[in-house]
Amino acid sequence: MSFSNLIRIAVRALVRNRLRAILTMLGIIIGVASVIAMLALGEGSKRSMREEMSAMGTNMIMVMPNFQRRGGVNLGSGSSMTLKISDVNTLRNEAVYVAAVSPEIRSSGGQVIYGNKNAQTSVYGASEEYLGIRKFSIKSGRVFTEAEEKSMAKVCLVGQTVVDNLFDEGTDPVGLSIRIKNIPFLIIGLLEEKGESGMGQDQDDLIIAPWTTVQRRLAAIDYINGIYASAVSEEKSDAAKAEIEEILRRTHKLKDSDENDFRIMSQSELMETLTSMMSIMTYLLGAIAAISLLVGGIGIMNIMFVSVTERTREIGLRMSIGGRSQDILKQFLVESIILSILGGVFGVILGYIIAKGAGSLMDTEAYVQTQSVVLAFAVCFVIGVFFGWYPAKKAASLNPIDALRYE
Amino acid sequence: MTKTIIEIRGLRKDYHIGEVTVHALRGIDMKIEAGEFVAVMGASGSGKSTMLNILGCLDIPTKGDYLLDGVDISTLSKDELARLRNQKLGFVFQAYNLLPRTTALENVELPLFYDPKVKSKERMERAIKALDAVGLTDRMHHMPNQLSGGQQQRVAIARSLVNDPVMILADEPTGNLDTRTSFEIMELFQDLNERGRTIVYVTHEPDIARFATRNVVFRDGLIQRENMVTDRTFAKEVLKTLPVEIIEEFDS
Repeated sequence: MSFSNLIRIAVRALVRNRLRAILTMLGIIIGVASVIAMLALGEGSKRSMREEMSAMGTNMIMVMPNFQRRGGVNLGSGSSMTLKISDVNTLRNEAVYVAAVSPEIRSSGGQVIYGNKNAQTSVYGASEEYLGIRKFSIKSGRVFTEAEEKSMAKVCLVGQTVVDNLFDEGTDPVGLSIRIKNIPFLIIGLLEEKGESGMGQDQDDLIIAPWTTVQRRLAAIDYINGIYASAVSEEKSDAAKAEIEEILRRTHKLKDSDENDFRIMSQSELMETLTSMMSIMTYLLGAIAAISLLVGGIGIMNIMFVSVTERTREIGLRMSIGGRSQDILKQFLVESIILSILGGVFGVILGYIIAKGAGSLMDTEAYVQTQSVVLAFAVCFVIGVFFGWYPAKKAASLNPIDALRYE
Repeated sequence: MTKTIIEIRGLRKDYHIGEVTVHALRGIDMKIEAGEFVAVMGASGSGKSTMLNILGCLDIPTKGDYLLDGVDISTLSKDELARLRNQKLGFVFQAYNLLPRTTALENVELPLFYDPKVKSKERMERAIKALDAVGLTDRMHHMPNQLSGGQQQRVAIARSLVNDPVMILADEPTGNLDTRTSFEIMELFQDLNERGRTIVYVTHEPDIARFATRNVVFRDGLIQRENMVTDRTFAKEVLKTLPVEIIEEFDS
């Protein structure tokens, strides 16, 4: 039997049982649709996260002091004072792959007051390069100068959230004076809004001041809380990271057997970690959806079995008028493949609609990838063959005489 | 000068049901010439159904020779038997065995689907011709459930004709039909036979057997008697004497 005849016979048989064919397909449709939708939504949120993270600076490298052990007790990260401003200077002078470097000093628990309003916010001490590394920009006003940095000037840059909390709407904060931990600071610049980070953190709720000012006047410490650096390019960020580690180990006079007394994280690494986490979640959701696809496949097998029994007389007739066993086998196999592929087509369409709909509800762009569509079709084909084979084999093995007399 | 279509010598068929061996056919010799119209008769269990299965190449004999149109079927594989059925035989069943929810035309086309040499245009033309031969051209696009029993059996006969077989095998073709419709079907068979078609049918009704040219009666796996029909019934004439009982409801 030619292939076109085979298709025609199978299609006719399916059309004859339209309703049943559609109901059988439903399992596959739902399975494929959920796989497509899950993968598309997962991919969408992965992409939007990646975008946000690159907005935070993809070649950023962070150095934090490592946790300290005192008598076997882990005091937690940030508890040590191993990083000094001299480390920043050494990096600035020696590191080849580092484009910019800045210290970071965090002043904890500072109440910020203006007039009769007050707010709690994070105050960061940094050098002016900090803005470039962390992709902050100035909306109005100016950045502090080197002279101000040296003289521990009481000037600061504020984020939009701080402005919203402290000032009446429409007020231009530049030139106004606020009190941080009761020390008056002159606002010299307003930061451009950055919105929420990928992890839902408000990136506009901060104040940046010269590191000297924060270190001496607010935190009253002689070490720094961290170093922010940027690699010359994203590709060089691994090299820059290695270089920083090498320099810091040297300046900290660590022996080969010593552990680092600092931790280095690069944004690209962090991004990789987060991306792979998202991927795992996407695959997990996809796997759950795949189970429903499997159930759909079993549904096809079920119906094909019923169909073989119900159409025993038809099979007998087909054999008596010249259908060979393999023709019968092929017919049932093609029927089940058509069912599953057709289910796949509708499933992809439905999945696309669901992904777009859910995407706009969840405020995430859904990406239906070509590869997941191709995968869905391949899986459908395999399901059709796999779950159609056994019933088809059963049909083909019928004895024409018995099949004809079947009641 | 006639051509022998079927030649059977010393044919036996045994069935094994558990420990017991049933001798369904116990040495049959038979010849059927081209253009014959044979009725096979016999009580149930006489072996006539087994005979028809073997004649139709649906079953193979345990012993003995069966030559169909010069081909010894004992040498053929299952697939070759299927091809033989497809190209040399036509089947008509008691229960019509039409595909449901499929038009008459598509039902008639069915055997040609299994013949790789027939292209789709030729397939349709031949199906229309076969339907024309049974007088159902105007019912071509009807579904079986829109046809009367007699019409359904006509469609089945058209299906058996469509591959231009050397012989039509009919298993109780009138078994599900009333007297008048039965005669109409026999009229069609006689008509086809007059135009040279070889027909073998099984029946247990003596009335129906008298439409044939020859009767073969089976009993206990053997041919009990074989005779030419002398007082043959001609369906055309009988139908004239029968009152027209009902106008078929599907005619409107």
